[in-house]
Amino acid sequence: MDTNLVLVLLLAPFLGFLFNVFLGKKAGKNVVGIVGTLSVAVSFVITLYLFANASQEPVVINLFDWISIQRFDISFGFLIDQLSILWLLFVTGIGSLIHLYSISYMHDDEKMHSFFAYLNLFIFFMIALVIGSNLLMMFIGWEGVGLCSYLLIGFWYKNQNFNDAAKKAFIMNRIGDLGFLIGIFIVGSLFNTLDFTSLRTTIESAKDVSDLWIAIAALALFIGATGKSAQLPLYTWLPDAMAGPTPVSALIHAATMVTAGIFMLTRLNFLFDMAPSVQNIIAIVGACTALVAATIALVQNDIKKVLAYSTVSQLGLMFLALGLGAYEVAVFHVITHAFFKACLFLGSGSVIHGLHGEQDMRKMGGLKKAMPITFITMLIASLAIAGIFPLAGFWSKDEILMTAFNHSNNKALWVVGSIASIMTAFYMFRLIYLTFFNSFRGTEEQKHHLHESPSLITVPLIILAILSFVGGAISLPGHSWLNDYLAPLFTKVAHEEHTLGSTEYMLMAIATIGALIGIGIAYKKYLKDNTIPSEDAEITGLSKVLYNKYYVDEIYDSVFVKPINLLSDLFREHVEKSLSALVFGLGKVTNEIAIQGKKAHNGSVGFYLFAFVIGVIVILTYLFLQQFFI
Amino acid sequence: MDVTTLLIILLLGAFATYFSGDKWAPKVALLFSLTAFAGAICLLSQYNLGNEISYSKLWIAKPKIYFALQADGLALAMVLLTTALTPIIIFSSFGNTYKNSKAFYALIVFMSFAMSGTFLASDGLLYYIFWELSLIPIYFIALIWGNGDAEERKKAVVKFFIYTLAGSLFMLIAFVYLFQKAGSFLISDLTALNLSSSEQFWIFMAFFLAYAIKIPLIPFHTWQAKVYQKAPTVGTMLLAGIMLKMGLYSVIRWQLPIAPLAAKEYMYVFIGLGIAGVIYGSIVALKQKDLKKLLAYSSMAHVGLIAAGAYTLTLDGLRGAVLQMIAHGFVVVGLFFVAEIIFRRYETRKIAEMGGIRAQSPKFTSMFMILVLASVALPSTFNFVGEFTVLYSLSQVNVWFAILGGTTIILGAYYMLKMFQHIMLGETNAKLFADVTFNEGLALVVVIAVLFFFGLYPKPIMELITPSLENILTQINRFN
Amino acid sequence: MDNILNQIGIENYIFLSVILFCIGVFGVLYRRNAIVVFMSIEIMLNAINLLFAAFSTYHQDAQGQIFVFFSMAVAAAEVAIGLAILVSIFRNMGTIDVGNLKNLKG
Repeated sequence: MDTNLVLVLLLAPFLGFLFNVFLGKKAGKNVVGIVGTLSVAVSFVITLYLFANASQEPVVINLFDWISIQRFDISFGFLIDQLSILWLLFVTGIGSLIHLYSISYMHDDEKMHSFFAYLNLFIFFMIALVIGSNLLMMFIGWEGVGLCSYLLIGFWYKNQNFNDAAKKAFIMNRIGDLGFLIGIFIVGSLFNTLDFTSLRTTIESAKDVSDLWIAIAALALFIGATGKSAQLPLYTWLPDAMAGPTPVSALIHAATMVTAGIFMLTRLNFLFDMAPSVQNIIAIVGACTALVAATIALVQNDIKKVLAYSTVSQLGLMFLALGLGAYEVAVFHVITHAFFKACLFLGSGSVIHGLHGEQDMRKMGGLKKAMPITFITMLIASLAIAGIFPLAGFWSKDEILMTAFNHSNNKALWVVGSIASIMTAFYMFRLIYLTFFNSFRGTEEQKHHLHESPSLITVPLIILAILSFVGGAISLPGHSWLNDYLAPLFTKVAHEEHTLGSTEYMLMAIATIGALIGIGIAYKKYLKDNTIPSEDAEITGLSKVLYNKYYVDEIYDSVFVKPINLLSDLFREHVEKSLSALVFGLGKVTNEIAIQGKKAHNGSVGFYLFAFVIGVIVILTYLFLQQFFI
Repeated sequence: MDVTTLLIILLLGAFATYFSGDKWAPKVALLFSLTAFAGAICLLSQYNLGNEISYSKLWIAKPKIYFALQADGLALAMVLLTTALTPIIIFSSFGNTYKNSKAFYALIVFMSFAMSGTFLASDGLLYYIFWELSLIPIYFIALIWGNGDAEERKKAVVKFFIYTLAGSLFMLIAFVYLFQKAGSFLISDLTALNLSSSEQFWIFMAFFLAYAIKIPLIPFHTWQAKVYQKAPTVGTMLLAGIMLKMGLYSVIRWQLPIAPLAAKEYMYVFIGLGIAGVIYGSIVALKQKDLKKLLAYSSMAHVGLIAAGAYTLTLDGLRGAVLQMIAHGFVVVGLFFVAEIIFRRYETRKIAEMGGIRAQSPKFTSMFMILVLASVALPSTFNFVGEFTVLYSLSQVNVWFAILGGTTIILGAYYMLKMFQHIMLGETNAKLFADVTFNEGLALVVVIAVLFFFGLYPKPIMELITPSLENILTQINRFN
Repeated sequence: MDNILNQIGIENYIFLSVILFCIGVFGVLYRRNAIVVFMSIEIMLNAINLLFAAFSTYHQDAQGQIFVFFSMAVAAAEVAIGLAILVSIFRNMGTIDVGNLKNLKG
């Protein structure tokens, strides 16, 4: 494999970034869009080439030694293997589509060039994350995508609320990043390497390493993943991140960046396999996240917020699979999720675009006729995420639930996952019904301007909808291309293929029926009864708690943010002043001694002489008496 | 050519600047500081070729004091930092006009001379002389050309002067004691001494007082914020960019090798003190209303981490500390320059009076953003390399140190982004904000380029400093 | 040897000199007129000179007497400068009362 090819793959989006930063404003919006999209498309084409010509063995490209630690060197290098190629495929593929979409979506924004610049930069860092050959290289991309996420959430920087959301996302991510760093430190000191390939061989051969420390390292790395992939307890930034432009939500906060945590865990599967206790924690955290986020999504009225919580919930399911050791299943869901969630976000973007910025579903409705393509694509994606046969989501979600069911005798995880899935079906169709069915509830002016979005927006939607439809084909039970493709990555014998027995068919049936029930409830409530969610002030009871996201933000605010700020005030007002007073106090004491001493010097010569004589007498007496005592 | 040439260039530069008159002084100062930088690069290449560039000559026969300048990799790295930052600092001041500018620029160059001398000196008394010499120019720079109310400024600056001077006197006492024992002030003689552990303890503490005030470590930091705020930005840059590093450098060069037993015995205390500074500084920075004060506390947090790294007594810790010293030098100069750029336009340092600048100045925003990110140690910037290495070394001592010290990446992001948000973002400011001029941009671009280059390729610096740090480590471990 | 010390014992010289010295000390301490203080200092010096001369004879060593001449010369010089200072103080302050001369006070 050619080093230059990989460099072009990595640097093409970066060049796009540089172009858009330095020349974007002069070049005009069309050029910006084309350059931005092409630079990602180039990477996609190269990825396709790599995919077609990939060898079985991972390819490591070391450019130079980056950081030296006493006991090992960390190289600036890349690792191309099945996992990175797979991730590259959908990062650059979906990335290209979303760039294409953004050309139209962002066309009216005066800062379109910076938007494309940030988007290109994001793709660059995402590629760096995916192809990094060691943990620290991955960390460059890891923090880099966090930075781009910050820049893009706060893209409309004149609104300080958006800036707050951006800041929150960055800081929450950084909490996870600290965990990641600690994990890196422990891994480094345990195994003296951070390279994925050598780490794998070292871990397999190392027998005398303490299990406890491996578990701590795994836990720390998992904390890193919870930050980036919005898991409990660090998930609250992701819904707020919807402040960014919708293509950003689709690309970064649904399809690619938030899956970085899953990528990392899959990359380090050999490490996590050594720490079963941590795997249990991961599974439980994943299941809890899936459930908690799904319940919140049930009552949200902002179309993007619903999708955001849905993303958190789906990510939870992926972590559930990871915790069960079924990495390939998690990866499968990552891929299908990327298709249908990107489609959903872009569809919602199309809706928002059509309504000139309206995001509240209570003011939508009846868009089916005005926006048929958007409607159909979103419907397909919703069916996919709800898990209806034979769409992509059915296969991937079903595999996760099957894994959970077969994993142990404790069926709690399966039950939680299933409930979350039923809820998913409900809130997705709630969204569809509220948005596209019945009559339009917005203003007359909006109604007048309703229109289907231009083709630059609908083409990506159609492509993604098709992928959401057929995406499941890559890993059908029994004939899983994906499992075979990923097999070399995993140390444990790949998760044994589900033989399609009666249990499996029964589980599929249960899942499908569950999804249909969810859809049915939504149908009854929002289509037949035409219920409109009540105004914010009128929400009561449990739904108020859910609507306010269990007040988690408020809790974090009062437990962490406010105390730190209070502490800051305390330190600034009091501690600083008293420390300063202490130092000045030393000076004052000296001064006081001087003032007292000054009194002896009253200027009278007679007094000085008197003191002098007394002094002489004292000394003489002392000398005289001394001889008697020696 | 040996290191004395460099010092002579700088000293000559100071005088030439003074005698060139107010009009030409800035340019002459820049010329000489650039020459000194070129000289430092020459020395570096000589050093890499293996040529002897150190200098030693008996200066005073009784007591035996040498004029000894020793240039190993570590000292050279610090001299390079000094001579590289000085022209940037001088150049960055070109947008301002100072009355009696000949004296002003002469003092800057003179300070550069004294600081280079401090980094190079290998005779204790010579080192002490340079150490104190560097205090004099910054005292006058801050006192005469500072800003704000004159009385308050005087109070802050005089406090700083007396405080640091008083701390240094303890160091002098330690040197005198060591001289009694060794019969010379040469560092090679001092590190060969076989001191008892209680002797080492007292010597360590005496050094510690001098360095803790200079660095500054909590709770000896009270002079810092006020002086940073009151000094002219050039003075602040000199203080934060280079002078703090004198303290940190001296810890590595003098304190640890001379009194390693004490350093080992009380390692946890001193690491803890450094980390306490990290957390304390970050939290105090959070709610600062004055931009320069905020940067002062952020700088205190960073040097706390550097000190903690140095006190781990591991190669990683020392190396990370030196890398982070250099990285922090550049980034802090950049950030203070940003504060100055805003001040030139808005005549204020109060964060509350800023806001909404971004829309008016895309170039400035990008550069400021990059500096903020470097300051919070985003990977691929130089600061990350330093911070990573330091935190790694802390984790080798105790994972909790790494976790507590690592809060800097969270808290740092918090206060820096908050600051950035309130200064740059929000509704467009009614007051006009002109984007950076060519000169301002050039200075910032140089700083940013350095940060990125060494962030991606820190190897040259690592290779430069590692052998000398290994020597220091063998001295530290000589009692084992 | 026909020594003057045979007629008057050495101890009497010591007593006299001690008395003279004490008179001088008390004069310096109690008198406020600068000229009198000055004279008292001279008395103290002369008491010492006397002692020098006495011991010089007692030890049969001329060094002491040489030193007396030396100290007399110094005293003369001192008087010359001291009186000059006093005159200039008087001109400036209008008084030579040492109690009033407190400008040295810190």
